Amino acid sequence: MRKVHFKGIALPYLLLLPQLVITGLFFFWPAGMAVYQSFLREDAFGLSSQFVGWENYADVLSDPTWLESAARTGVFSVSVAVLALGVALFLAVQADKHIRGADTYKTLLIWPYAVAPALAAVLWLFMFHPNIGIFGRMLNALGIPWDYRLNGGQALTLVILASAWKQVSYNFIFFLAGLQSIPRAVLEAAAIDGASPMRRFWTVVFPLLSPTAFFLLVVNLVYAFFDTFGVIHSLTQGGPGKSTETLIYRVYTDGVMNLNLGSSAAQSVILMIIVVVLTAVQFRYVERKVHY
Amino acid sequence: MATLYLQDIRKSFGPTQVLHGVSLDVADGEMIVIVGASGCGKSTLLRIVAGLETQTSGQVVIGGQDVSGLEPADRDVAMVFQNYALYPHMSVFGNMAYGLKIRGVPKAEIERRVKEAAELLGIGALLERRPRQLSGGQRQRVAMGRAIVREPKLFLFDEPLSNLDAKLRVQMRAEIRRLQRRLGVTSLFVTHDQVEAMTLGDRLVVMHGGHAAQIATPMEIWAKPADTYVAGFIGSPAMNFLRGTLSHGGVVATLPGGVSVPLPGRAGADGNEVLIGIRPEHLRPGVGGLSPVIELVEPLGSESVLHGRLPDGSPLTARLPGAVHPEGALALTLPPESLHVFDAGSGKRIEAVA
Repeated sequence: MRKVHFKGIALPYLLLLPQLVITGLFFFWPAGMAVYQSFLREDAFGLSSQFVGWENYADVLSDPTWLESAARTGVFSVSVAVLALGVALFLAVQADKHIRGADTYKTLLIWPYAVAPALAAVLWLFMFHPNIGIFGRMLNALGIPWDYRLNGGQALTLVILASAWKQVSYNFIFFLAGLQSIPRAVLEAAAIDGASPMRRFWTVVFPLLSPTAFFLLVVNLVYAFFDTFGVIHSLTQGGPGKSTETLIYRVYTDGVMNLNLGSSAAQSVILMIIVVVLTAVQFRYVERKVHY
Repeated sequence: MATLYLQDIRKSFGPTQVLHGVSLDVADGEMIVIVGASGCGKSTLLRIVAGLETQTSGQVVIGGQDVSGLEPADRDVAMVFQNYALYPHMSVFGNMAYGLKIRGVPKAEIERRVKEAAELLGIGALLERRPRQLSGGQRQRVAMGRAIVREPKLFLFDEPLSNLDAKLRVQMRAEIRRLQRRLGVTSLFVTHDQVEAMTLGDRLVVMHGGHAAQIATPMEIWAKPADTYVAGFIGSPAMNFLRGTLSHGGVVATLPGGVSVPLPGRAGADGNEVLIGIRPEHLRPGVGGLSPVIELVEPLGSESVLHGRLPDGSPLTARLPGAVHPEGALALTLPPESLHVFDAGSGKRIEAVA
């Protein structure tokens, strides 16, 4: 990093100001409001509110349906992360080989990242809708009863697929960069040492990719926790029943649909704490534990 | 331990041909140094022997077995890379044991062999360290250790010393030579450094433009270089070349300035154009030869290197004993027995006929 020396202190602060204003306006203020709101409870008509301390948190954490949502979110997030990472790693390894048209292939793989979540959902809807989706109709024609609007398991599978698909491109870019930073000579040394391509991958390539993989795991979990709202909202609205209602979707349902602001705010704060913990773990682990 | 036989190895990358048919016969336990300027194809040749590149045509035979189509894993060779190519996520022990583990060697045996090699190389205390905690010289030893424990048929060295500082390079050079003699493993060593080549090799392969310009012992190459390229490449400072025309029945060459140089023997028909080569250390002070003007004197202590120009403008370098030499005009003689004669057209050596 190049060091720049300013004469006064006005200019550096002025240059920092836009960033600070944006962060304050769009993060600290709403986050602060959420924290404040989470200690309040409104009456049924929204006319008055009173301070209730930790009561909202206690209610949320002892609500069996919330705990179910949390467990569902766990299954959902881990599935999305594992699927997105696995597919991306496979594709990156293929792209890293010197194949013809590799550049085109890479560009095409990066496209899904540019697609908005709602559009991605519509795309999957067109594929898997039981009446108008190509694969949906095909499955039904083959005698497999497919209707994600009625079957909770199928609904969860579909949102997992759609969410993972969106994240594959992001992971792909990082994995490819990681693969390309592994010195060729190290792989050649392994080849001369007698390792088969599979063995080279698992004993040399994968360990060297592990910092990248760990970073992506955290990013993917955060993505699955928070950024999949659009996909779920467009595809299933959390249904059927509550079978695709993740924690973030529940924040929306409780706050925006049911106008239970206190509980919704408390849930948001809990989610915020989760993301802070994930990020902290990432920083500590990536800097300390990954050795080379 | 094994012999190595290369038969007419050719290699093209697309339309560019980098190896134009190299043949080489290496005896069991011999150390061959492949030397040449960058881009001469020496590393490609080594990689073909290792199986990391596939030759366009030709055969690689290791220990009597044709391995031309085999994967590196099936050739039983070990290679030491220029940047060492250690596995960064494994300990020194792990690095050295990797190849043995893959070959299914029993654990106790792995431990014994790694310890033995580590002691031999003086890295016994470093087995638990990771590569990034090692100095350049230590990494170099680990890379050697990784090759040694495998007990391969062939050692391949790809410029392993070029990343070390000058002092360490000299030390490792001697160590590699001692180790190679002691283990008696047939070795190919690629370098661009002529001093490394001269000191390490039983025989040298001087590569030039994808050809093996000369394959011989270091002293043979120094005393009888096969062409002007080899003559100029081996030896420091480089050999001087003087253009001349044969006369007096081919035993005297006349230089452009009119100076007649008697040759050690008949070098061809009168009127033939030749290049006369003489090493700077073979020029002697004395009248009756060359009369250069010295422009620069580099004292080296016991001797000095003198850079000058001949009357026709061509450069000349001389190495004379003593530290004090004045700049300016100087008279030098050319002892006939130290002259090399090359064909001016092809650059090939012309052997004197007595």
